[in-house]
Amino acid sequence: MSFFECKKITKKFGGLTAVSELCFEVEKGKIFGIIGPNGSGKTTVFNMVSRFFPLTDGEIYFKGKRIDQLPAHKICDIGIGRTFQVVKPLRRLTVRENIMAGAFLRTGNIGQARHKAEEIIDFCGLQKFTNIEAKSLPIPLRKRLEIARALATDPELLLLDETCAGLNPKESEAAIALIRRIRDTGVTIIIIEHIMKVMMGISDKILAINFGKEIAMGKPQEVANHPEVIKAYLGDAYA
Amino acid sequence: MTKRNLLMTIAFILVAVLIPVFIKAPYQMHILILVIIWAIIGTSWNLLGGYAGQVSFGHAAFFGVGAYAAGLLTFHYGISPWWGMLLGPVAAAVVSLPIGVICFRLRGPYFALAMLALGEIFRIVFLNIEAVTNGAKGILIMPEITSKMIYYYIALGALGLTLAVTYLIVNSKIGYYLVSIREDQDAATSLGIPTTLYKNLALIPSAFFTGLAGAFYTNYVAFIDPNIVFNLTNVSVMVILVVMLGGVATTWGPTVGAGIYILLGEVFRTTLGSANVLIFGVLVCVIILFVPNGIVGELSMLKQLVSRRKASVSGGI
Repeated sequence: MSFFECKKITKKFGGLTAVSELCFEVEKGKIFGIIGPNGSGKTTVFNMVSRFFPLTDGEIYFKGKRIDQLPAHKICDIGIGRTFQVVKPLRRLTVRENIMAGAFLRTGNIGQARHKAEEIIDFCGLQKFTNIEAKSLPIPLRKRLEIARALATDPELLLLDETCAGLNPKESEAAIALIRRIRDTGVTIIIIEHIMKVMMGISDKILAINFGKEIAMGKPQEVANHPEVIKAYLGDAYA
Repeated sequence: MTKRNLLMTIAFILVAVLIPVFIKAPYQMHILILVIIWAIIGTSWNLLGGYAGQVSFGHAAFFGVGAYAAGLLTFHYGISPWWGMLLGPVAAAVVSLPIGVICFRLRGPYFALAMLALGEIFRIVFLNIEAVTNGAKGILIMPEITSKMIYYYIALGALGLTLAVTYLIVNSKIGYYLVSIREDQDAATSLGIPTTLYKNLALIPSAFFTGLAGAFYTNYVAFIDPNIVFNLTNVSVMVILVVMLGGVATTWGPTVGAGIYILLGEVFRTTLGSANVLIFGVLVCVIILFVPNGIVGELSMLKQLVSRRKASVSGGI
């Protein structure tokens, strides 16, 4: 039994099939990447896993249990955390309070939640911004706050949706370093990303999709050289 | 609670307890009691509308249910309406349960509109089931207590209880969750927060204490009819103005707002006659433009303004 598995998951919005019969497995402790051009259905996959959208068809298993029938808030409870591509900070709360809101999932005690938040703040390097309201943070820090907040819920599987998009090279290097550190603590990661450099560097396995369908899956180099992937990104002339 | 806040709270309690020693005229006492009633409703509304961000335009429903619980006890069974102080809040909380389950499927303005409709539904139903509620003729009770001072202390006790319970809720895990839901419901869900459950955990105490205010109102004013206690503008909308003026999502905001609002209301009514509501329209615009977070919410900004003015004056000299 694999750690996390999607079996033929399908999502239709009316007549549009956003994700079609996608199958993949993720091994514990690994970083699994999902790439694909704009609108290929990457975020829809996340929204299906985190139960923001109901599945049209298919099954999702986490640690041997079927999870595609659970209510959305239970997903985090069983150990799957997520971040949003369009960041959703709790705007008028400070960085610490944002992270505490996540930490409260595992404790009812304010002191403990605060302590946990401090640990996460140190881990993510947000010390300087502890008492700043989330709405006054710049984008790179908001993205980092998203990760920090999800980490506070003690996830075993973390879904990262375009954490490096919109960051300059230096910032995205810092983000990659953080993702590696998270992986080293034993958290399994599924990451969606556009930036090939990021994906090549950190993923153990990559799934490439286009129009909601799998076009390639395997080691990063294999996927990058796959003719279908090149065609999807660069057009027929380069395939 | 910080030391300064604790001192402020003690000072406030002392002042509130000692006021009747200095102010004895029935009219002034009446105004103070009204302020307290509105402070209770405002504080309750604030828990749901301010902290959890679920703006209700229908709190008259809970106020009216509380008021009628007390009134009907006397009307039908001849039981002292003071028992309504127990039954009223419980009835309002019970009524809030199905309302929460249904209305919390809606978000933002849709929720506000559903609640607005709800308040009106209650008013119309209570007007029309005359066999139970005596319809538009209303319910008149004979008050057993005539001393305003006793009413004042009972109301003050109810406000104290409301503030204490609200404070405890807001400063617990529930409070953090409510604020998270207000700031971003999807993010809250992704953090494992069962949003509908927690919205209900804000609605139930909110309805409970609004019902308490309603039951007290029946005892104090001794006459209720559906057009008074289920009134859209004079209850549901007014409570929103009270909280906006005082400070949304602050502990003391609704109380401060109620004080200013009721006092201003009296001044305008005696000076402007029926044009007094116009002033409130202007007031709302002024609040939104200059103190969008209310008086308590913008306290630091207001302080700065005062100190800056002082500084510029001394600089000029």
